[in-house]
Amino acid sequence: MTVTLDDTAAPTQAPRRTRKTDWGKWFTWGVLAWLFAPITFMIAFSFNDIQGRHNVTWEGFTFKWYGGVFDHAELTQALLYTLAIGVLTMLIAGTIGSLLGLALGRHRFRGQGTTNLVMFAAICAPEVVLGAALLSLFLLVGIATGFMAILLAHVMFTVSFVAITVRARVITLDPNLEEAARDLGAGPWTTFRLVTLPMLLPAIMAGGLLAFALSIDDYIITSFVAGEVTTFPLWIWGATRVGIPPQVNVMGTLIFAVGVTLAVINVIVAKRRRS
Amino acid sequence: MTATTEAPATTVAEPSTAAVPAISLTGVTKTFQSSRESFTAVGGLDLDIESGEFFSLLGPSGCGKTTTMRMIAGFEEPTTGVVRLDGTDVTDVAPNHRDVNMVFQSYALFPHLSVADNVAFGLKRKRVGKAETDRRVAEMLELVELGGQAKRKPSQLSGGQRQRVALARALVNQPRALLLDEPLAALDLKLRQAMQMELKRIQRDVGITFVYVTHDQGEALTMSDRIAVMNEGYVEQLGTPAEIYEHPATRFVAEFIGTSNLLTGTAAATTSDGTDVRLDCGQHVLVAERLSEGTQVDITVRPEKIQLSTEPPDASLSRVRGTVADTVYLGSSTHYTVRLDDDTEIVVFQQNDRDLSAADAVAGRGSDVWLSWRLSHSYLLPS
Repeated sequence: MTVTLDDTAAPTQAPRRTRKTDWGKWFTWGVLAWLFAPITFMIAFSFNDIQGRHNVTWEGFTFKWYGGVFDHAELTQALLYTLAIGVLTMLIAGTIGSLLGLALGRHRFRGQGTTNLVMFAAICAPEVVLGAALLSLFLLVGIATGFMAILLAHVMFTVSFVAITVRARVITLDPNLEEAARDLGAGPWTTFRLVTLPMLLPAIMAGGLLAFALSIDDYIITSFVAGEVTTFPLWIWGATRVGIPPQVNVMGTLIFAVGVTLAVINVIVAKRRRS
Repeated sequence: MTATTEAPATTVAEPSTAAVPAISLTGVTKTFQSSRESFTAVGGLDLDIESGEFFSLLGPSGCGKTTTMRMIAGFEEPTTGVVRLDGTDVTDVAPNHRDVNMVFQSYALFPHLSVADNVAFGLKRKRVGKAETDRRVAEMLELVELGGQAKRKPSQLSGGQRQRVALARALVNQPRALLLDEPLAALDLKLRQAMQMELKRIQRDVGITFVYVTHDQGEALTMSDRIAVMNEGYVEQLGTPAEIYEHPATRFVAEFIGTSNLLTGTAAATTSDGTDVRLDCGQHVLVAERLSEGTQVDITVRPEKIQLSTEPPDASLSRVRGTVADTVYLGSSTHYTVRLDDDTEIVVFQQNDRDLSAADAVAGRGSDVWLSWRLSHSYLLPS
């Protein structure tokens, strides 16, 4: 967008000013390239027409991996596990985290400082420490490793992100809004449904998507508590020794597309609410 | 009143003939407790607000006026005492079950709802029918002159328009009383003055009891039928704007409302008209009250009640001599600051109804002048 501005403004502007803006432009494109180059390669190699096991050199364009995306039964199973865990994590951490964020942002209560501390600790702690700690905890209390253990672990480490996102929104809300609703005859639940929830929805959605994204690509914590279950990242890591099939790129591309779509929808909804 | 106590909320606008006040506070106190300290916001309040009147709670910030209003609305529970609406005890009733509505200082419009949906919010909660709701919303938006803005979002409106949406959203429910918490504070001066007139007009039109919280004495004097001046959790004085301005009951009221001159002295002798008081500066003035000799008194006089002259005024008036320390020309009037021998300063407002050059000559800076006022225009403050 800065580019078009510069183009139209260039004839009337002094040359020095144009050169100055160019640096910003190149830097912006540089950062974007840095961010998107790996994704571009992932998408490109999902169309790579390879003959052997190794998807590392370009051998021609094909759509066949999209047709045969579910050919590896184990990979498909891993993807389903990952999506199920991701969606459940999003719903559970989204709900608990939102309520936590609402409580932390709105009320003063005993243990509030401790709650804040524990939340930040959960974010700051190295995943390898969390993973090892969770594994020993699960063994100690007798929770079997596997699907439930992964889900518990994912909810545990994503809930803080949701809570912090929602809390930031709650703090900026005018507390008079809820009082106004009460004043106009709405009970506590109606007030929450008609006023508080709609106001918090963009933050709740953002937090939920963050939890989903964190869950779907987690390797380290998952590897400690997965047991017999193989998730998408675990399967890929296992496959690197024998060559990653192009289906992985296809699935990655599809997940990326879904993620981008959700993010765009969130932005549009938030923008429409504001205006 | 017995016949109408059971009447539905929609008919409350008719004037009540019985003596039951619209809002009644009895022995109300409010103490906020935190872990380390407690703070008494309202120290003991007995207040009856009559049906259909424009009642103001006036005071500086922290005087308890907003807490009082929030207890009427139900957002705060009194620590002790009883809140009654139309004689019914509502002390423990939740805000959504009280037949009063509030206009917030921040307006608190729902940003995700349109103007019409904001105004309809209360009616929908009462399950008023769709057609009836639409009719009343349109009618109310007409009343506040926002007929064409129904579909817009609050963020698309100006400050004055938002203020009127907030007013419409509360009034459309035809509450027993409307509570307004400094609703004009965020508006600029011109708009504020226009809205003062507008509020008064709307209040007359709908006939609903208005309880108005403000720290702006001009606003309270302009609009109110009665004012309660509050300070540190207590009502200092309750009365009509004229009563409060002309006869302040306490030093606080005298100083908070308008400008007051304060003269301290001692009663010297009683005369046929009242008492001769020897001021601290050595001069003598008369007051109408009879005081025993030696009594310490604080006398106050409003600046506009004082006459300024170069000739000695009539001896039946209270009069002092001083030197003009400063003059401020304000167009319709001139404000003089006159200094007495002991550096007491007296402010005098003089209408510029005389020939200006002559008036200027009368009281240029540094000139010696006489100040005089009628005995009935000064009053003693309880110490």
